[in-house]
Amino acid sequence: MNMSDLFVDTMLSTLHDVLPIVVVLLGFQLLVLRQPIPHLWSVIRGFVYVLLGLALFLMGLKEAIFPLGKMMAMQLTDPHFLYGAAATIPEIIRWQDYAWVYIFAFAIGMATTLAEPALIAVGIKAQQVSGGAISALGLRIAVSLGVAVGVSIGCFRIVTGTDLWLYVMAAYVVVIIQTRFAPRMIIPLAYDSGGVTTSTITVPLLAALGLGLASTIPGRSPLIDGFGLIAFASVFPIMSVMGYAQLSQKIGKSQQIKEADNAL
Amino acid sequence: MTDKLQPMWNTFRDAFRPLVEAVRDLTPIIVVILFFQEIVLEQPIPNLGELLAGLLFVLVGLALFIRGLEIGLFPLGEAMAHAFAKKGSVFWLLLFAFLLGFSTTVAEPALIAVAGKAAEVAAQGGVIEHGEMAMADYAFNLRMVVALSVGSAIVLGVLRIIFGWPLHLCIMAGYILAVVITYFAPEEIIGIAYDSGGVTTSTITVPLVTALGVGLATSIRGRNPVLDGFGLIAFASLLPMIFVMLYGIITA
Repeated sequence: MNMSDLFVDTMLSTLHDVLPIVVVLLGFQLLVLRQPIPHLWSVIRGFVYVLLGLALFLMGLKEAIFPLGKMMAMQLTDPHFLYGAAATIPEIIRWQDYAWVYIFAFAIGMATTLAEPALIAVGIKAQQVSGGAISALGLRIAVSLGVAVGVSIGCFRIVTGTDLWLYVMAAYVVVIIQTRFAPRMIIPLAYDSGGVTTSTITVPLLAALGLGLASTIPGRSPLIDGFGLIAFASVFPIMSVMGYAQLSQKIGKSQQIKEADNAL
Repeated sequence: MTDKLQPMWNTFRDAFRPLVEAVRDLTPIIVVILFFQEIVLEQPIPNLGELLAGLLFVLVGLALFIRGLEIGLFPLGEAMAHAFAKKGSVFWLLLFAFLLGFSTTVAEPALIAVAGKAAEVAAQGGVIEHGEMAMADYAFNLRMVVALSVGSAIVLGVLRIIFGWPLHLCIMAGYILAVVITYFAPEEIIGIAYDSGGVTTSTITVPLVTALGVGLATSIRGRNPVLDGFGLIAFASLLPMIFVMLYGIITA
């Protein structure tokens, strides 16, 4: 497919995504609310930007980053890479053999989440609404760390073949305990960031990694074990965002104490 | 002279700020790819030209998207939330919330892909017949279930903002429900159910739903935008999980 075809194709599929939203918004604005749209011109321009931007973004991902990322995921999980040229997978798999996979999962989880457009949007809103008490970049780094840790643990799970629900439940218990102690302000945002993380870039790359792992390790089913990485990427950010708030509260407190000391 | 230049400079800065930030946001991906390709895998980058062109598209696209959010989607979402609050009709607000969730999810490409995979799993597990028709039916029903669940989730989230229920209690009740249902759900559906929570919230839905929540919390008296405005997406990633497992139990 050449570039212009690909662009038209991506543009059409993006339009297909945006159209239902525009219909719902316009329908309610004109038929139910019956009000003129404020700053109509700037809203139209905004929608055109969003449409064009998303199409370009997706096209660039499809063209450049996905093929390379998927190839790398396949190569890193390939027995040739893991066990040398002899390329026989040993009877008993040691989870340590997959060290590079965990590191790659961590790094790619972190990097893609930092560039996730939906998360950038939530970050902007959070900073705005909290009057700067929550920093957009701080929130995004916390979420990215959560995804990074979650995805590497998810890969460990596929390698060792342990049950998915055990991990998810353990994670829920930690989330519940943290909710008790985290600053109240951060809780809704932390819960939201679980769902935000996995939209455009992260899902296809993670799916490739999970599939690569599950299809090369004997005894794993690509269909059953390949899924589940996304679940990790959605639970761990909840913990890391609450952790980030707890940490910055602690640091803030000790600074206040220091300042009070200095004042004396 | 500075009086004349200042607005021009501001426009210029506003137009280019997203571009500079996009460069910052994409640098980690480039670093990770280069490091693993060159040092760990010890392989050259294939099609360097295509990679660079693709990165340029991603960069410009991200910058445009963010700018578009700031001038278009965010203000519209909030303006509509204010208008609904002023109108005071809960029915229309809830219908709007439902349609917003449903319509953005039903056509979501990630969901279509996951539903197709899920039909394969179900056919292999012997839950449904191996025919194309049966698999297409299963995938379509699954998509409808997820879209319904996202619609209901936004409705529930809006009700929460209106009545001021504490979010963590709602979510914990949801978790407990999910855990209980997991126990009864057929094994093949669990992974898909857990993942379906993550794939439903698309890049355009998230900003719009966030703007809706924050706008509502700002315009309803006694609600705090930080405490009450967020949380809609949390519902949208929890409910599909529960609905999909229930669907798995019913069809099994």
